[in-house]
Amino acid sequence: MTPPSAGVGTPDVHPTPTTSRQSGPPLLEVRDLVKHFPIRRGILGRTVGHVRAVDGVSFQLWPGETLGLVGESGCGKSTTGRMVLRLLEPSAGSVHFDGADVLALSGARLRAMRRHAQIIFQDPFSSLNPRMTIGAAIREGLTIHRIAAGEAADRRVRELLSEVGLRPQFADRYPHEFSGGQRQRVGIARALSVSPRLIVCDEPVSALDVSVQAQVVNLLQDLQRDRGLAYLFIAHDLSVVEHIADRVAVMYLGHIVELASATDIYREPLMPYTQALLSAVPVPDPTVRSTRVVLSGDVPSPANPPSGCVFHPRCQHPRKDEACTKLVPPLEEKSAGHWAACIKQPPTTVHWEVQKAAGGTRQPERYLPDL
Amino acid sequence: MTPPPKGADAPGAEAPLLSVTDLRTYFHTNNGVARAVDGVSFTVAQGETVGLVGESGCGKSVTALSLMRLIQSPGRIEPGSSVRFEGTELLTLSEADMRRVRGNRMAMVFQEPMSALNPVFTVGDQIAEVARIHSRASRRDAWRQAVAMLELTGMPAPEQRAHEYPHQLSGGMRQRVLIAMALMMNPALIVADEPTTALDVTIQAQILELLADLQRRTGTSILMITHDLGVIAETARRVIVMYAGEVVEQSAVGPLFATPHHPYTEGLLAAMPRMGRRRDRLRVIPGTVPPPTDWPTGCRFRARCQYSWDRCANEHPPLYDLGDGRRSRCHLAVEPGRRAHPHEPLAAQAVPAR
Amino acid sequence: MPLPPLLISGASTPAPRWRGSKTAVVACAALVVVVLLALLAPVLTSYGEAQILPGSELLPPSRTHLFGTDVLGRDVLTRVLYGSRISLGLAFLATVVATALGTAVGAAAGYSGGRVDALLMRLVDTLLALPRVLLLIGLLAIWPQLPLHVFVLVLGLTAWFPLSRLVRAEVRAIVTRDHVLAARALGSGHLQIVFRHVLPNAIGTVLVAAPLIAGGVIVLEAGLSFLGVGVQPPTASWGSIAYDGFEVVNSAWWVALFPGLAIAFTVTAINMLGDVLRDALDPRQLPLR
Repeated sequence: MTPPSAGVGTPDVHPTPTTSRQSGPPLLEVRDLVKHFPIRRGILGRTVGHVRAVDGVSFQLWPGETLGLVGESGCGKSTTGRMVLRLLEPSAGSVHFDGADVLALSGARLRAMRRHAQIIFQDPFSSLNPRMTIGAAIREGLTIHRIAAGEAADRRVRELLSEVGLRPQFADRYPHEFSGGQRQRVGIARALSVSPRLIVCDEPVSALDVSVQAQVVNLLQDLQRDRGLAYLFIAHDLSVVEHIADRVAVMYLGHIVELASATDIYREPLMPYTQALLSAVPVPDPTVRSTRVVLSGDVPSPANPPSGCVFHPRCQHPRKDEACTKLVPPLEEKSAGHWAACIKQPPTTVHWEVQKAAGGTRQPERYLPDL
Repeated sequence: MTPPPKGADAPGAEAPLLSVTDLRTYFHTNNGVARAVDGVSFTVAQGETVGLVGESGCGKSVTALSLMRLIQSPGRIEPGSSVRFEGTELLTLSEADMRRVRGNRMAMVFQEPMSALNPVFTVGDQIAEVARIHSRASRRDAWRQAVAMLELTGMPAPEQRAHEYPHQLSGGMRQRVLIAMALMMNPALIVADEPTTALDVTIQAQILELLADLQRRTGTSILMITHDLGVIAETARRVIVMYAGEVVEQSAVGPLFATPHHPYTEGLLAAMPRMGRRRDRLRVIPGTVPPPTDWPTGCRFRARCQYSWDRCANEHPPLYDLGDGRRSRCHLAVEPGRRAHPHEPLAAQAVPAR
Repeated sequence: MPLPPLLISGASTPAPRWRGSKTAVVACAALVVVVLLALLAPVLTSYGEAQILPGSELLPPSRTHLFGTDVLGRDVLTRVLYGSRISLGLAFLATVVATALGTAVGAAAGYSGGRVDALLMRLVDTLLALPRVLLLIGLLAIWPQLPLHVFVLVLGLTAWFPLSRLVRAEVRAIVTRDHVLAARALGSGHLQIVFRHVLPNAIGTVLVAAPLIAGGVIVLEAGLSFLGVGVQPPTASWGSIAYDGFEVVNSAWWVALFPGLAIAFTVTAINMLGDVLRDALDPRQLPLR
């Protein structure tokens, strides 16, 4: 596999940590995806700069697998999810779904692709049309793709409702009659109506209470098991992602900074940002007082990202030096299937000589704070 | 709002800073009376952080607003409720006297820092305004105090930031502004309603650290209202768990997490995915919270409970005293043997099984 | 309150909550009465619309002529009743035209966004800047015998600008909602999205604004007729009757007063209906079960 390189000095390889689910070609392959939003000023709407919401993101997703995409607000994770489905047009890069170039599709063929790739949203209140019964909402996909009509469609709607744990009689009710968790189930049924192979889950449980969140997480897992669905699971809640994901990609300022199996990333986070992120999660156990890595400051503006490593102004790696501000760290394989973007975590393809030439004064050394 | 009669007095040598007794806040709507807060009692001691935890609709935010007497029509604090704060019954104070308490002795930090700030004034103005309301500080002094407060909250470059408008600041900085406003008059109690829910986790860590640090320095008490048990575990010394408008469990933080007594608390803890403890499936609490216009008789958690028995249908459980300051609104307190025999909750049976 | 059954189109409006609103009852009752009076005009009065009663000029209100008679000896009550048909009919048709146009332009601008949006809204800005009354007076001066249906059209064509702005703003907000994105993700086409997911959710704005347009049209028609350039004699409209009465207002106040009262009464009721609709369509007012 020889995808194009992702940044300065990136070796010509592609992050493909292997898990048991990966056999055969990937269902989804994203390469160097970029989304720049123009910043317009003045009455003429002159473009004065760009917000680099997503700045060169690559990953693969295999059938039946869950890839967690985590990061804080503004890191570009939702934008990435939407570009994968072409609900947003990428500025550059490529998306292949089941071998087909999604960005080259248009009209009827794009519509046909959408039958196989669906989305579930965060906000259960805005994701359903308040003027449509939930039955009609679920039925819509069946009609568009001519999957079922009339009596058969009614039956299918009832089946889908019971599959997501709602009473079939609910079909003629309106969204406002349901709780957040129930609406989220309706959203899932709507996505399932067209029997997709991939579902982009955009913060599907973030707006839900803990007890309801567990119901929806379990439902998603059951559906995946029964139907072999692949999930791109976008979330900011790291504990939910650990629970549901096979692999996890961590995003910061439009970049994937670490990508590894869920086990590896939670046991041995290598990128200092991942370390801080994990350490910041409050632990629901008063007997555990973790030594917390508290990041100083805020996430810089994606309109004006820092040079070199985008995380360097907040980084707590003891070996951070001048080189970090100059060199863009490639997302490189630190150990089998464990990819991270940090030139101070050995091994690195950015040799010490290169770092020195860029003003580096501290040799890379493994840093793993006690989390 | 009709001023309810004076509540029960609770004098004592070491009266708690805040003592809430039988607080009832009802909303009289077209769909019936929503008993959002339905007989809540608790205390907060000087310098203590108490966590008030529960899911949406449990009444925790209405409780917070009731303490500040910020309930708006059709909501009403019912007669017989009592909120004693620094030895004064708040519910019978005149509106003018109450204004002297709000923002001064008792301050509030809200969840949405953007909507809690006025977009057309600089943040420095808004912080300084607090001092102008509650003291005769001159414009210049108030401003100086405001900048000092911002500095105290760890705001970088406080002098410049004070001149900026809310939209120019990040979410974390706005929350620092709100905290600075709350701390301006050195209040005895800060009511923090989901202060970190709208923030990213790394910023949440900063804000929680800041609150803890400020508490150490100023000795203020904090009522920390949140749905996040993780935040509770890290900040509170004592925890009050609310469900369906009532307090269902009260305990020091350690025992609550180690051996939750009320089945709701137990379910909540089991339903949380936890880092480093991956399981195949999450435990769920089946069903949903009943509507506040229509609380069930008997135990309000009954339909979702895996231990419920006929007693729970017939008898509304009191807040049993378990000793050591622990209380639980569950009949298991008197029939502990039943915990050994869990069953499928009613709510799980009602919905067709998947 | 039962909700409508599952419709094939699916895009129905949940039953609004009417119960308990006295304003709703009063406004609706008032409008029903006005419409009934207009429809039943031939039954309610024994005089003809333009029937002249020789020797009965400018009689004050009495048992035989409740509203008196005008300068030509026509029964004012009869004229007001028949005039209501013209005034209400004009208002209704012009409102339909304006609402359809305003909604279409607003939806097109809001849904398309970008250049189309900018272009259409600049156009609306320009149209809003035109002095509408002067424009109409000018037009009617050039073409004094304007047929009634053209007059309706002209009134409608000049009444939609503000509505298009409202609809556009509403649609801009709706298209960012996730259910619209979900429809796209399901493969829905643009027209399908607009008619099923966007417009049904903007209907509240339209229904609230439409009565205001109707009220405005009644007042505008009255004003134009009053200036003598609107509905032409012998056809009666509230405005033209008032115009007739204006010349004799010092000696025969009743000729101008009663059509004036009819206008005030009807427009007030229509505006109340607008308020009621806004409240009724507030989703928080929807019944739960």
